[in-house]
Amino acid sequence: MSIWEYANPKKFMQTSGLLLPWVTGLAVTAMLVGLIWGFFFTPDADRFGSTVKIIYLHVPAAMMSISAWTMMLVTSLIWLIRRHHVSALAAKAAAPIGLMFTVIGLVTGAIWGQPMWGTWWAWDPRLTAFLILALFYLGYIALWAAVENPDTAADLTSVLAIVGSVFAFLSRYAVLFWNQGLHQGASLSLDEKENVSDVYWLPLVVCIAGFVLLFVTLVLIRTRTEIRSRRMQALIARERLA
Amino acid sequence: MIPDLGKYAGAVAWSYVASLGLILGFVALSLWQARRMKQALDEVEKRQGKSDA
Amino acid sequence: MIALLIRDLRLAVRAGGGFGLGLAFFLLVAVIVPLGVGPEPATLAKIAPGILWVGGLLACLLSLDRIFALDFEDGSLDLLATSPLPMEGAVAIKAVAHWLVTGLPLVMAAPVLGVLLNLPLPGYPWLVVSLALGTPALSIIGAFGAALTVGLKRGGLLMSLLVLPLYMPTLIFGAEVVKRGAAGMAVATPLALLAAITAGALALLPFAAAAAIRVNLR
Repeated sequence: MSIWEYANPKKFMQTSGLLLPWVTGLAVTAMLVGLIWGFFFTPDADRFGSTVKIIYLHVPAAMMSISAWTMMLVTSLIWLIRRHHVSALAAKAAAPIGLMFTVIGLVTGAIWGQPMWGTWWAWDPRLTAFLILALFYLGYIALWAAVENPDTAADLTSVLAIVGSVFAFLSRYAVLFWNQGLHQGASLSLDEKENVSDVYWLPLVVCIAGFVLLFVTLVLIRTRTEIRSRRMQALIARERLA
Repeated sequence: MIPDLGKYAGAVAWSYVASLGLILGFVALSLWQARRMKQALDEVEKRQGKSDA
Repeated sequence: MIALLIRDLRLAVRAGGGFGLGLAFFLLVAVIVPLGVGPEPATLAKIAPGILWVGGLLACLLSLDRIFALDFEDGSLDLLATSPLPMEGAVAIKAVAHWLVTGLPLVMAAPVLGVLLNLPLPGYPWLVVSLALGTPALSIIGAFGAALTVGLKRGGLLMSLLVLPLYMPTLIFGAEVVKRGAAGMAVATPLALLAAITAGALALLPFAAAAAIRVNLR
């Protein structure tokens, strides 16, 4: 019953404890370098003027939003197949982070859209797909919170993550079908390498790296919290039995 | 030092303020939750006489 | 399996709560929407496909917790789990029962409500076809959502939060079929995609739902 003696969580706590300062340092460095470079040292763009600077937040956030969900899918599968508790807890820890990135993507997308399209919100396929993804994140987080037994919660949320992934994928294309999009070929295809000249591309890559490292840092921090929480629940349960 | 953002100054500024605000806020929240949990766990472990040497 | 189907159908009709409520709700939606957006025929005609689909979807949503909750509470679900019938089969049967009691009546009632919402004439056959193809998906997806939350005391709202995003592709393509049909345009693409989603959901979700039920019965 005692999970602390369980090899996996213990090794995770040790390894993550050692890694954390380094990952944090790298994340801070990459984000500062990327954002400062992009904000201060890149020119305005033809079509977008200075709003092109929003790209350094919007694109990495959107990419991490998808990546976080993918990570949750993979760790959920690992939990279902190999029953590593750390994996299930990592998925649980990643969800709010992914939701945060999704919200940043939506907010920056909306703010960017205002001067470009003249409206605060547009049911553009990309924005709509991310809004739907935000709902999937919310449902996943809500299910974890609603189920008392941690193993049951891990199992149910893992199944949800898998089914949700399929439907999130379907929704992406359904929404594209539903609305051919405000900007066919305009604004937000800037994440295609062909459309972005080097002068924006390089700081963007650094920002993306920064966001990835930020994600890793936050996952490590939050998973450690989850592991501690689980250990505490196990200890308290043992207290009650004794 | 701040580049001339022209007519889009508001949009760009708000994007950065909102995004960095969300990130910093979330990091702070995560760190605070981590510390609280560590303290709570240490308390329970001490009570039970288990240490994490 | 047939026995289970008949039993569920009997329960739904007898208990009174299952049968008819979804239909009544569907009717109510068709009444309150014009009350909300105004009676102008042109407006209604434009939004009719979407409203009919959303109304049908919500009506399905309402009756979802009946699929497993009652059996879970009185222990029948445990018995079902130990029976020779595989849980996947039981899930599928229960989804079929749900569809017969909720989805099918919606399909049949929809044209009448289309009149209330001023649906253009060419849209009617497509309304029926799209709902007929789409509502089975709503039932099986709903069964999955119900399976996830069956152990929770007040899981209804959470179940809606989980199920509605899963409903979105079916909704998009279903409404699109009616919209295009009403405008006289080609409907082949959304129709095919709608059917594909239903087929895929029917094939795969019984396994996911069965897994969730087994977890909740532990």
